[in-house]
Amino acid sequence: MAGHSQPVVKFWPGFVAAALLAALTLGTLGAVAVRAEGWGVLGPADWAAIRFTVFQALLSAAISVGVAIPVAKALSRRQFLGRKLLVTLLGAPFILPVIVAVLGLLAVFGRNGIVSVVFGWVGLEPIQIYGLHGVVLAHVFFNLPLATRLILQGWLATPSEQFRLAAALDLSAADLSRVLERPMLRDVLPGAFMVVFVICTTSFAVALALGGGPRATTVELAIYQAFRFGFDLGHAALLALVQFSICAVAAGIMLWVRVPHASGVGLDRTVQRWDARGKVSGTIDAFWISLAAVFLMLPLFMIIARGAPGILDLPAHIVDAAGRSLLVAFTAALLTIGLALPVALGAVGLRRIPWLAGSLEGVGYLAIAASPLVIGTGLFLVLFPIANPVAIALPLTAVVNALMAVPFALRALLPAVAQIEAQYGVLADSLGLLGWQRVRWLQLPRLRRPLGFSAGLAAALSMGDLGVIALFSDPDRTTLPMQMYRLMAGYRMDEAAGVALLLLALSLAIFWIFDRGGRIDADR
Amino acid sequence: MKQLLFSTALLAIATTAVAQDKPVLTVLTYDSFASDWGPGPKVKAAFELTCQCELNFVAAGDGAALLARIQLEGARSDVDVVLGLDTNLVAAATATELFQDHGINDVDFALPIVWDNPVFLPFDWGYFAFVYDKETVSNPPNSLRSLGESDLKIVIQDPRSSTPGLGLLMWVKSAYGDQSGEIWQGLSDNIVTVTKGWSEAYGMFLEGEADMVLSYTTSPAYHLIAEDDASKAAALFDEGHYMQIEVAAKLAASDQPELADQFLRFMVSDGFQSIIPTTNWMYPAVVPEGGLPDGFDTLITPPKSLIYSADEAADARDEGLEEWLAILSQ
Repeated sequence: MAGHSQPVVKFWPGFVAAALLAALTLGTLGAVAVRAEGWGVLGPADWAAIRFTVFQALLSAAISVGVAIPVAKALSRRQFLGRKLLVTLLGAPFILPVIVAVLGLLAVFGRNGIVSVVFGWVGLEPIQIYGLHGVVLAHVFFNLPLATRLILQGWLATPSEQFRLAAALDLSAADLSRVLERPMLRDVLPGAFMVVFVICTTSFAVALALGGGPRATTVELAIYQAFRFGFDLGHAALLALVQFSICAVAAGIMLWVRVPHASGVGLDRTVQRWDARGKVSGTIDAFWISLAAVFLMLPLFMIIARGAPGILDLPAHIVDAAGRSLLVAFTAALLTIGLALPVALGAVGLRRIPWLAGSLEGVGYLAIAASPLVIGTGLFLVLFPIANPVAIALPLTAVVNALMAVPFALRALLPAVAQIEAQYGVLADSLGLLGWQRVRWLQLPRLRRPLGFSAGLAAALSMGDLGVIALFSDPDRTTLPMQMYRLMAGYRMDEAAGVALLLLALSLAIFWIFDRGGRIDADR
Repeated sequence: MKQLLFSTALLAIATTAVAQDKPVLTVLTYDSFASDWGPGPKVKAAFELTCQCELNFVAAGDGAALLARIQLEGARSDVDVVLGLDTNLVAAATATELFQDHGINDVDFALPIVWDNPVFLPFDWGYFAFVYDKETVSNPPNSLRSLGESDLKIVIQDPRSSTPGLGLLMWVKSAYGDQSGEIWQGLSDNIVTVTKGWSEAYGMFLEGEADMVLSYTTSPAYHLIAEDDASKAAALFDEGHYMQIEVAAKLAASDQPELADQFLRFMVSDGFQSIIPTTNWMYPAVVPEGGLPDGFDTLITPPKSLIYSADEAADARDEGLEEWLAILSQ
């Protein structure tokens, strides 16, 4: 009777967590829908924001994926010193605070940045980063690495025998591309494109820092403006519905085109390619690899170079903000685990009742299509009658940050829980190891790695988040990314760089500590 | 789960303000007022000498965002006084019913208009103007229309969050009426970016990101007096310059109503007014005993000044905002 020995009620924590997740995503959406004005009130500026949101996301996705193809191709067939570091670096932007990257990009591409200075030497006008191109530039910076990893996976998944066979048959480059590369790309590209597109539609911090007025406003930014500038709740709620629709459509398409899985496993090897031996192809590959490396590393280098002098004498209010951010990050990490683990245990434990397991898992992934500002608006509408939202800005931020990290945590936890159940489930059942005892003695010790990874991810994402805090923040009691944004807005760039370096270091450190913690005396 | 509760509790404690012995008066104001180089620190020191209290400035973006912030918190706010709205926002602010009468009727204001608003009390005023560097702009435009026809790059502020940004909306509307759309069409390709507040825009101008910035006729006085730099100037426009009168008011839900009254009274006294010209770089609402500082006589004086009453401004704001958004989002 294995599998039936755990009754449904035993998984109540999973249902409680799922109910909380549903309340935070669907519940806040409901609050927003009730309060929203009619669709007819969407003015020309709102339509412009909708068009801009979709257009910049399309452009960002096209450029990210377009550049990622040659970069991934080059990486797939070249072995060089620093390759491993570069591939690792391709995973870093995920936990890199957006506002830090924006400052780095300003130092490179801003009017007083390196590129403009070089342009000045040859008599060219300095470049202008504010507006559409700035927003797209920042999105490419964040998503080129992701797209490259996804496509690299596709290239490395092509069996090397096929390339060997192609070489034996003496296929020309054009034939090789037709027979091997294009089918692979056809398989991988739609998914990669959609992932980047979805990420870019919910862009807030980038548009906040680099947008150029009403002409370069995303819907997320418009929600913030309706809220913080005009306190027009009905309009903010309406825009929140618009944002949700965009996310829902995009997420729907994403489910429809298969999204490749970026596991990162096996990216450390290259494929032997006989067609890559020519000098020309070597030069081309070198060009793409250097371009990507410089584009990704230069902004980070600028942050370190500009921030290092000031990092040791940061003013007290910055140190306070760092403390608050750490507290928010740790809380978010614990909340993420507290929500994701029961859902994962429930979804696996109830796999014999597929509709129940499926619903649990589905609720866990809802947050993918949710936008922080929509949730923030909804929470405000619900909480305003009973509490001062500014006074509880930090706990609210921790909750929303935790929620946004739950899908990533589930993705790490679900396969791990399923594997444990497959290996030890029957034995545990026969020993009568059920409920909390089963979690305590069987699962937790074996889940250390995915738990550590999930907590690290949640903490790092929360540490660098500049989203819902912007809705409610009080300048005197705010987070580190918010303080940094204020310094940037006031053009105090050297101070901002010091804060950026601190924020970067804390984000990486907090991820590393949790992730490492999960690996200590790992059960092998 | 225990850890979870513990850290949530910790978070709650960290967000609660530490108890104070002296009564605290909280004044919500705009960024540049509360900054280290603005009037904030001097006003705080001067007021605390007289009040046996602690004066706490909280900065929340630019002037127009202050109103939304107060609405966001509603009657639960810790804020006692809001300082930094202007006449264009008075109607909207009054409609929230969150503010209370000041009851001060005996002040001899040096304003270009008669002041009789029972809720809002003025603390300074000025004329909006586009400020430029004489070395880079040799031939400044002489009207909003000619600015739109030039290829000069400008930075302006968002009228939804910033009082100068809103002021420009009023300026265009009051000077050009039905033709205001044309003026915005003309300006639209000159605008490098629209910032949330005055501080951001002025910072961008000083960093060389634009040729001109929307500010005040009094801004060059800062460079002249504080930096001994005579290179900045405000362009004089033929259609006249829109005026700003900056105001403050106390909140009806304040838990320090006496201190708030005391502060407003202090605000229109010499102790506060003499600080304004060389820290906020505006004309004081009441002429200080020593008169205006040297250097203010070098500033341009608009031949014609424009201003709407609070009610006119409320109508012009709704209409102008819609027009502005429609044209600038294209």
